[in-house]
Amino acid sequence: MTSIEKRVQDIKEDLDFFEDELQKYEYIIDLGKKLEDLEEKYKTPENIVHGCTSQVWLVCEKKDNKLFFKGTSDAVIVKGLVYIILNIFSNSSIEELKEVNMDIVYELGLSEVITPNRQSGVIGMIKKIKEYALKA
Amino acid sequence: MFKEDFPYFKNSEITYLDNAATTQKPKSVINAEMDYYENYCANTHRSSFGDANKATLNYENARVSLQKFINAPKKEEIIFTKGVTESINFIANSFAKKFEKVIISSLEHHSNITPWHMQGRSLSKGLEVVSCNENLDFDFRDYENILKENPNSFVSITHISNAFGKIHDIKAIIQLAHKYNSVVMIDAAQSLAHMSVDVQDLDVDFFAMSGHKTFGPTGVGAIYIKEIFLKEVDTYQTGGATINEVDFDSSTLLDSPYKFEAGTQNIAGVIGFAKALDYLSNIGYEKIEKQELILYEYLDEQLSKLPNIKFYNTIENSIGSRSFNFKNISHDDIGILVDKMKVALRVGHHCAQPIMKQLNIKGTIRVSLAFYNTKEDIDKLIKALKKALKMLA
Repeated sequence: MTSIEKRVQDIKEDLDFFEDELQKYEYIIDLGKKLEDLEEKYKTPENIVHGCTSQVWLVCEKKDNKLFFKGTSDAVIVKGLVYIILNIFSNSSIEELKEVNMDIVYELGLSEVITPNRQSGVIGMIKKIKEYALKA
Repeated sequence: MFKEDFPYFKNSEITYLDNAATTQKPKSVINAEMDYYENYCANTHRSSFGDANKATLNYENARVSLQKFINAPKKEEIIFTKGVTESINFIANSFAKKFEKVIISSLEHHSNITPWHMQGRSLSKGLEVVSCNENLDFDFRDYENILKENPNSFVSITHISNAFGKIHDIKAIIQLAHKYNSVVMIDAAQSLAHMSVDVQDLDVDFFAMSGHKTFGPTGVGAIYIKEIFLKEVDTYQTGGATINEVDFDSSTLLDSPYKFEAGTQNIAGVIGFAKALDYLSNIGYEKIEKQELILYEYLDEQLSKLPNIKFYNTIENSIGSRSFNFKNISHDDIGILVDKMKVALRVGHHCAQPIMKQLNIKGTIRVSLAFYNTKEDIDKLIKALKKALKMLA
């Protein structure tokens, strides 16, 4: 199991703890509130994630052979999802990120918000993360 | 209880308030489609055996149903399409491209914007946009100024805004356009679900209609073309069913409507669409409009009690859809949470990004009603919104 797969499993376990769907989203809202603020200077058009109905910004930093991500959104639940995605993918090796399978996030069971439709911001984020890795 | 006519409401626990996106289908529509596939599935206008004749007859009867429904003088003026988007693209490419200027309004949805961009038209370069006032009313003064400067234009305007439910006074819009020798197409995507239409009374030149937004099947719609324009409209695509005679040097086309309906059409869909029109006729628009007004006023009254709600228009001259936001709360968050509470509505830009940009918003929360909705549906919505607001506070 790669470190990314391991982190997905950990988050899945956290989310599976909630039997009630609304409680799960309360938890995601709380995660959104925990997300570190992204400085205004990073909220530029090139950092916008395409495919989001809400505004999502994603910033990448390279240290040694690893990529670190920062991001935020103007919607609270989406912020929570950004928190989850950053936790899964940040601090990963470029090689591992290049090989990321988009389907990995479906395991989180958030199919209503992480859908393969054209408005899915989460898929857009992972695509952008992969692009950063391929360019790094 | 109109809901009893709709199997969806028996099978689903969802409080369905996304009728501007698509409507639910009555049992009679579903049965008619099933009947075609199960009992007489054959192609139209080609073969002459019994089932083929029956399919052709029912298909052509559907054309007459729609003709009568909108009071078109002739059945040749009714062309079936995939829907409003195809109807607009058809007329844009086969007729309106000959015009120097096209006039739209700022409340158009993308289906009545992008076809013009594809022709290379942009603001003031072949495309003129009539503005709306603070209450999203069509600005007739601006419209007349544009027409004065650009007579002989093609005007393409929505009847009812999908994003805000705003009803344009299309009769006045058409009259003014004709005064300046312009030709008018009305995008009636949202119309037939809410109000009766008489194309002769309106004196409209082109009228684009949707099946699935009118309790009919998806993938079917129509365009009414006033007879005097039938010969001026070029064929959009040709092939099977459009042809009179073909050899390897040339082809001659049939007359309207056949020359405009290339290939095998959505036969079951067209037959189902006619059943939806029958269903509406049996209830009658008087009853439908009365029921919708009660619901619309109740919706507005209940929503208005919610804290920090922001509307963009009053409910005067509006129907069906109510669009709003809450201060400092993302419409996306509301959309996700009310979905968890089994309430279906739409959040976002509603395929009308230009007006959202004009209002300086990313989108709205849109509740869109049909006559089968109830006050209980609205109560469930309000309860879900209150809970979502509490969670997001």
